[in-house]
Amino acid sequence: MTKQPAIELKNITKVFGKVVANKNVNLTAYRGEILSILGENGSGKTTLMNMISGIYFPDEGQIFIDQNEAVITSPKDAFTYKIGMIHQHFKLVDVFSAAENIVLGIEDGKYNLKASQDEIKKISEQYGFELDPEKKIYTMSVSEKQTVEIIKVLYRGADILILDEPTAVLTPQETEKLFSILRRMRDDGKCIIIITHKLHEVLSLSDRVSVLRKGEYVGTVNTSETSESELTEMMVGKKIDLNIERNKPHDTADRLIVNNITCVDRMGATVLDNVSFTAKSGEILGIAGIAGSGQRELLESIAGLQHLSEGEIFYLNPKTDKKENLRDKTPMQIRNLGVRLSFVPEDRLGMGLVGNMDIVDNMMLRSYSKGHSVFLKRKKPKDLAMKIIHDLEVVTPSASTPVRRLSGGNVQKVLVGREIAASPTVLMVAYPVRGLDINSSYMIYNLLNEQKEKGVAVIFVGEDLDVLLELCDRIMVIGSGKVTGIVDGRTATKEEIGLLMTKSEKDGEENAND
Amino acid sequence: MTNSATIKAHREPLFHVVKRDDMPAWKAWLIRAVTIVIAFFLVGFLSMAVTGESFSATYEIMFSGVFGRLFEGRFTMLWKYLQEIAILLALALALTPAFKMKFWNCGAEGQALMGGLASIICMIELGNKLPYPVLMAVIALTSILAGAVWGIIPAIFKAIFNTNETLFTLMMNYIATQIIAYYVYLKGGGSNVINPVSEGNFPALGGNDYFINILIVTVMTVVMYIYLKYSKQGYEISVVGESQNTARYIGINVKKVIIRTMLISGALCGVTGMLLVAGKDHSININSVGGQGFTAILISWLGQFNPFIMVIMTAIVIFLRIGVAKVADTALLNSSFSEIIVGIVILMLVGCEFFIHYSIKFRHNKKEGKA
Repeated sequence: MTKQPAIELKNITKVFGKVVANKNVNLTAYRGEILSILGENGSGKTTLMNMISGIYFPDEGQIFIDQNEAVITSPKDAFTYKIGMIHQHFKLVDVFSAAENIVLGIEDGKYNLKASQDEIKKISEQYGFELDPEKKIYTMSVSEKQTVEIIKVLYRGADILILDEPTAVLTPQETEKLFSILRRMRDDGKCIIIITHKLHEVLSLSDRVSVLRKGEYVGTVNTSETSESELTEMMVGKKIDLNIERNKPHDTADRLIVNNITCVDRMGATVLDNVSFTAKSGEILGIAGIAGSGQRELLESIAGLQHLSEGEIFYLNPKTDKKENLRDKTPMQIRNLGVRLSFVPEDRLGMGLVGNMDIVDNMMLRSYSKGHSVFLKRKKPKDLAMKIIHDLEVVTPSASTPVRRLSGGNVQKVLVGREIAASPTVLMVAYPVRGLDINSSYMIYNLLNEQKEKGVAVIFVGEDLDVLLELCDRIMVIGSGKVTGIVDGRTATKEEIGLLMTKSEKDGEENAND
Repeated sequence: MTNSATIKAHREPLFHVVKRDDMPAWKAWLIRAVTIVIAFFLVGFLSMAVTGESFSATYEIMFSGVFGRLFEGRFTMLWKYLQEIAILLALALALTPAFKMKFWNCGAEGQALMGGLASIICMIELGNKLPYPVLMAVIALTSILAGAVWGIIPAIFKAIFNTNETLFTLMMNYIATQIIAYYVYLKGGGSNVINPVSEGNFPALGGNDYFINILIVTVMTVVMYIYLKYSKQGYEISVVGESQNTARYIGINVKKVIIRTMLISGALCGVTGMLLVAGKDHSININSVGGQGFTAILISWLGQFNPFIMVIMTAIVIFLRIGVAKVADTALLNSSFSEIIVGIVILMLVGCEFFIHYSIKFRHNKKEGKA
């Protein structure tokens, strides 16, 4: 069967300032196929797709749709070419219903919500979506919101669909469901392009894979003829070992005991509901859950950044054997108690570091207030900065470069380096490898393992279940602010954790204390 | 190529604007310097067009307006020029710590007026009752306190209720103005003018009336530079300004820093009010600050919150203000001309930042893509 090329890119180049996001990229996607665009973070996948969907305009090169040259200067143009993009971050109006969001912005003179709802139902049935068109967005789960986004582009008649990291926010079960819908669309003759950096998804879903590396096009292979290691090599440019070491924990002792904590946010919603667990020294405790299930609030509660309405957090000081209650203490008070708590927050440049400050001044964040002088002492922070740059191989022009100019991986090395340099007894890390290339990710895993060997209690909030299962000794699963289970990292399966992530609220508590 | 493609081709954008943050500092300063040179030429040509004088004659008038007969050994005008710089610079310095914290203090006008009010009240009410050194100390303390109170009120509301500080500080200006108007009405009798008070004036050091003002602002400039760059409090201001989340994360008490910084900002505005009243006018009216509290916002920004660069920016703005006023005077134009010119130059200086932070890209090599 000869397939029709739906979209062809020829010599596409896009430059942002000095950064070459895409350089002479050539790519073809056919009708009736699923094409994966694979590449590490920062390899230019999203930029490339944004040019197809009219968000950016290429500096050089051409785009052909159905073998005719196309000029796409806005998302509206993209729709006239029947291109629809589903972004990683949803673009929906929270207080509108699904149907209202779907018809929003269509200028055809008519506004008939009833007819639209029927149309939406028809599309849902055709591909197997489950969606109530009258449901409001703010009451929806992440996967429902994604469904709205997909139907939104189908409703506009798109037959080239681009999905940017669609599985990042889904549970394994939801992912499988999405994949079967995508396969149905492919069989219907649509052209599906999915951007991802997860190898096993590429292999299980797509027909062909195009690989990008540092903005350049590396090549395209048929999925049936390739393997994980070949794809990694194409992506990274060299062979790497993808195994994470995991030693049996030894000499463990309770370090942090969290007792029935409940946290209510400013809007009155309960974000943490009766959470209890113990973090032990010398082991890595993983925390899994759908994004926004209370992971951030949990870590911030321990760090003294959230107000708790109930419960206690006890820290057992290994030096003095004293038990300190950390509840209702500020970060400064916690530090003054001698609690050696390090925290690598999810929002690196917005919380862990100051983007406009250089590496030295960022090192100083933790230590600047020490001593009685009114003036700053930059000597020690500077030495620390030089040490971290050297030890963790941070790529930077100098120690006085603002950290926002560094790449994601280097920013994270600076932050993790600083937090580890404080020689913590408890180390909390939230999504530490998000946005990092493979090499940097493995360096972070090794650093966490080193800390574990040193007897630090490591709490690791992650999103990639494969990594959690390879790295952690125990995994605590939370769903809607509740602990839905704590499992052994060596024996648990992905499906088991996936089920716990979406477990109904009723039976959550029974498993909370095992 | 198909027909439809050629038709569509004209819709391609001719250029697009790209954000950049990689321009080396020397290049950015070169752009700013060139802009200033262009601005000065523009000022000359505009004045020529309006007054009919030649370009060189215009600048001669401006120089003589600013510096007077400097080369004949007469320094009166130069001192006056430095005095004007001192006042505007003091206001800009006062605003800078607040701005660095991203607290948009638009209330320098009101805070300085309140400082000035405290000075004049002391001068009138206590002038004959206290020995001179004590009187001066009381003037200084009350002026600082008055400015600080005017600055701290919006800060407290910001810290506790997260009110919008821009609106709040602006409103405080109107209150201050009305209080001054009322005080002038009380003390001025029927004329609504307070005659210059001879008690509680700054001494004329070295025979110069303005020497103390200039000295105080010079010290302020150096201290502010050190405070922002090398003190722990200055560091806290930067962290809070860049990211309140980071500040909380490392244990900075954000509310305390906001209030403390506005206390400093307001207090320095109060000092400026004192310089205006006790050091210069010896009187007060609702226009004593004369909108300089707003010009100071621009000076602080144009100086990139660096006190030493702010000195240069202030010198340029004041040079134009006095110089062009002289040109206008010679040509029998009113003071609006000077304000228009200063406005244009500031606009150009602000505008040139666009070319520092963005670059314009033209699309090229389009046809090369054909394989």
